[in-house]
Amino acid sequence: MSELTYLEAIRDGIREVMKEDERVFLIGEDIGLYGGSFGLTNGLFAEFGAERVRDTPISEAAIIGASAGAAVTGMRPILEIMFSDFTACGMDQLLNQAAKIRYMFGGKAKVPMVLRTASGGGAGFGPHHSQSWEAIFAHIPGLKVVMPSCPYDAKGLLISAVRDNNPVIFLEHKVLYKNKKYAQEVPEGIYTIPLGKAEVKRQGKDLSIVASSYMVQKSLEAAEELSKQGIDCEVVDLRTIRPLDIDTVMASVEKTGKLLCVEEACSFGSFMGEVITQVIEKGFDYLDAPPIRIAGKNCPVPYSYILEQEMIPNVDRIKDGILKVLGKN
Amino acid sequence: MKECTVRECTIIKEKLTDLKEYKVADRFKDLKKEQKVEMLKRMFQIRYFEMEVEQFILKGQIYGTCHLYIGEEANAVGAMNAIRKNDWIVSHHRGHGHCIAKEADLKLMMAELIGKGNGYCKGKGGSMHIADMDTYNLGANGIVGGGMGVAVGASLTNKLKKNDGVVIGFIGDASTNNGIFHESLNLASVWDLPLIFYCENNQYGMSTPIIKSTRIKRISDRKASYNVKGVTIDGNNIVDVFNTVSHFAEVCRKGEGPVLIEALTYRQRGHSKHDSQVYRTKDEVEQWKEYDPIVRYREFLIESGIISEDEAKKIEEKAIEDIKAAAAFAEASPYPDLSELETDVYAD
Ligand SMILES: Cc1ncc(C[n+]2csc(CCOP(=O)(O)OP(=O)(O)O)c2C)c(N)n1
Ligand SMILES: [Mg+2]
Repeated sequence: MSELTYLEAIRDGIREVMKEDERVFLIGEDIGLYGGSFGLTNGLFAEFGAERVRDTPISEAAIIGASAGAAVTGMRPILEIMFSDFTACGMDQLLNQAAKIRYMFGGKAKVPMVLRTASGGGAGFGPHHSQSWEAIFAHIPGLKVVMPSCPYDAKGLLISAVRDNNPVIFLEHKVLYKNKKYAQEVPEGIYTIPLGKAEVKRQGKDLSIVASSYMVQKSLEAAEELSKQGIDCEVVDLRTIRPLDIDTVMASVEKTGKLLCVEEACSFGSFMGEVITQVIEKGFDYLDAPPIRIAGKNCPVPYSYILEQEMIPNVDRIKDGILKVLGKN
Repeated sequence: MKECTVRECTIIKEKLTDLKEYKVADRFKDLKKEQKVEMLKRMFQIRYFEMEVEQFILKGQIYGTCHLYIGEEANAVGAMNAIRKNDWIVSHHRGHGHCIAKEADLKLMMAELIGKGNGYCKGKGGSMHIADMDTYNLGANGIVGGGMGVAVGASLTNKLKKNDGVVIGFIGDASTNNGIFHESLNLASVWDLPLIFYCENNQYGMSTPIIKSTRIKRISDRKASYNVKGVTIDGNNIVDVFNTVSHFAEVCRKGEGPVLIEALTYRQRGHSKHDSQVYRTKDEVEQWKEYDPIVRYREFLIESGIISEDEAKKIEEKAIEDIKAAAAFAEASPYPDLSELETDVYAD
């Protein structure tokens, strides 16, 4: 057991699955000697060599397509797209090919690949390097979408994602990567966290907050601060948004009667819109107040620090949201 | 001009002087002295601008990342002087030099870089997105290859409007491996568009040497796939750049485009704000610095009696002054108003 950052925990998970399964290989831009744009694959090139840690030209469509092709013929690629925004350059290969091969082939093939990519804003990278596209990926039948919020979950989920027989989009939050504040004890060796299983990260009775990735950390902070005023929030970390563990969400809402969803993506057409819809469809009667979302504003992620901070939900906005659902402001 | 003989670049070992397989007229010699001086001034401005940006990085005022153009100045300045002010350009992530060469306002650029509300993009874009419609600059880009399609479209407008404008799309060596390059140049070719793809081959895409991501020796060899004209030049020699772009701009204006120019050059700094540079040796960097484009042009102007040592010094000092003024302006500028956040998403 040692204290690892989110980035180190993911690297550790990759190393474990590469040791465990020879079919696993890495493919991406500058991931070899250079260790990736964020240094996540540092050391893996030295350990596993150029055959299994494959640097590519700047060719996102080919990286995604080659992964799908290798996966369908027996390999288990983990591909890195440096920033999630760049998946746009390979969307046909992802959404039309990788995601649909199994269905279109009448269930006779499987595409076990993991697309790892740095998602989210808050690091000043501007409009082309900061977006949160989980709703786009989760919309497509055939793709699974994982959004870990902490090092422990990230490693366990990564291992499950690689063992899964489907294309999995593994969205890593770039603000969490190296932040020591979120470092955690992470067990050595293999352990797994099942895809499609949410976790209650904080127990509470007054209101349910549903979030994923970095927004779980922000929500926990907001919950902690409001606990001083006697407000007792429950925080549900979805961990995987597709498959969605709606049962855990419903159990929480049944208990608290109130729902606040927190997400970084622009609110229009967002993933949490899906969560709220499902809650209303399945358990309108549980709700004592209208559910709301605290989400990104409906604009690209701006560069300037103060604009970016305004665009992305922060602890104060989450606190306001909590109070609003509780009817206290 | 100091000729590079054998350039001991680890990537391409050969005489850069052998590159002139494509003879173009020496139009540089006919330029007025003012323009020749202006070109030196711009190169200095770019160099000192980027050095000032490095200071802002050290002070923690550049949020996110940015990419410096130091060592590649001859390309932007030579190319821009060879086209008209109202010819559009499209840039890429390493775009500060193109902006400055297109005569952008240094103050507004610097303000944008440190996230101020009066910067070129009101602080919304930052280093990778500076654009300036007033100087016919369609902007830098955060997506490698992102500007290529846009460049095709801009040159299509020229053709549809039947003006004789030409568009330069600046692209990096490594960007030519993205699919959009193929689609763009092919489309420009079948439509005979007045487009120059000017490829700044600085030998690397991030940490990856171009020879490792590409099997052809010359990026300009790709011209064969599209049946377009193409040539490789010494991109650290501003006279070559100027003459070549002047020639091919005329070719495009006559309806005989598009063209693929590959300019061999070198980025003297790391790829971006964060770069350990494990992929190259100090020695390699030093060797390329011997062919620093500004040193070469400055010496050339003095040796050929166009300017004196004293004049050169004054030009340099003036550039430093311009940059200091831009930095001071940027520092004194206000941060954006929060009410600006959700504006500009849609046009009225
Ligand atoms: C589609 C896409 N893939 C990857 C990146 C990350 N990236 C930014 S610059 C760069 C290298 C580009 O190399 P080149 O085109 O040669 O330009 P240079 O940086 O050398 O000027 C990479 C990989 C990106 N911004 N966009
Ligand atoms: Mg390059």
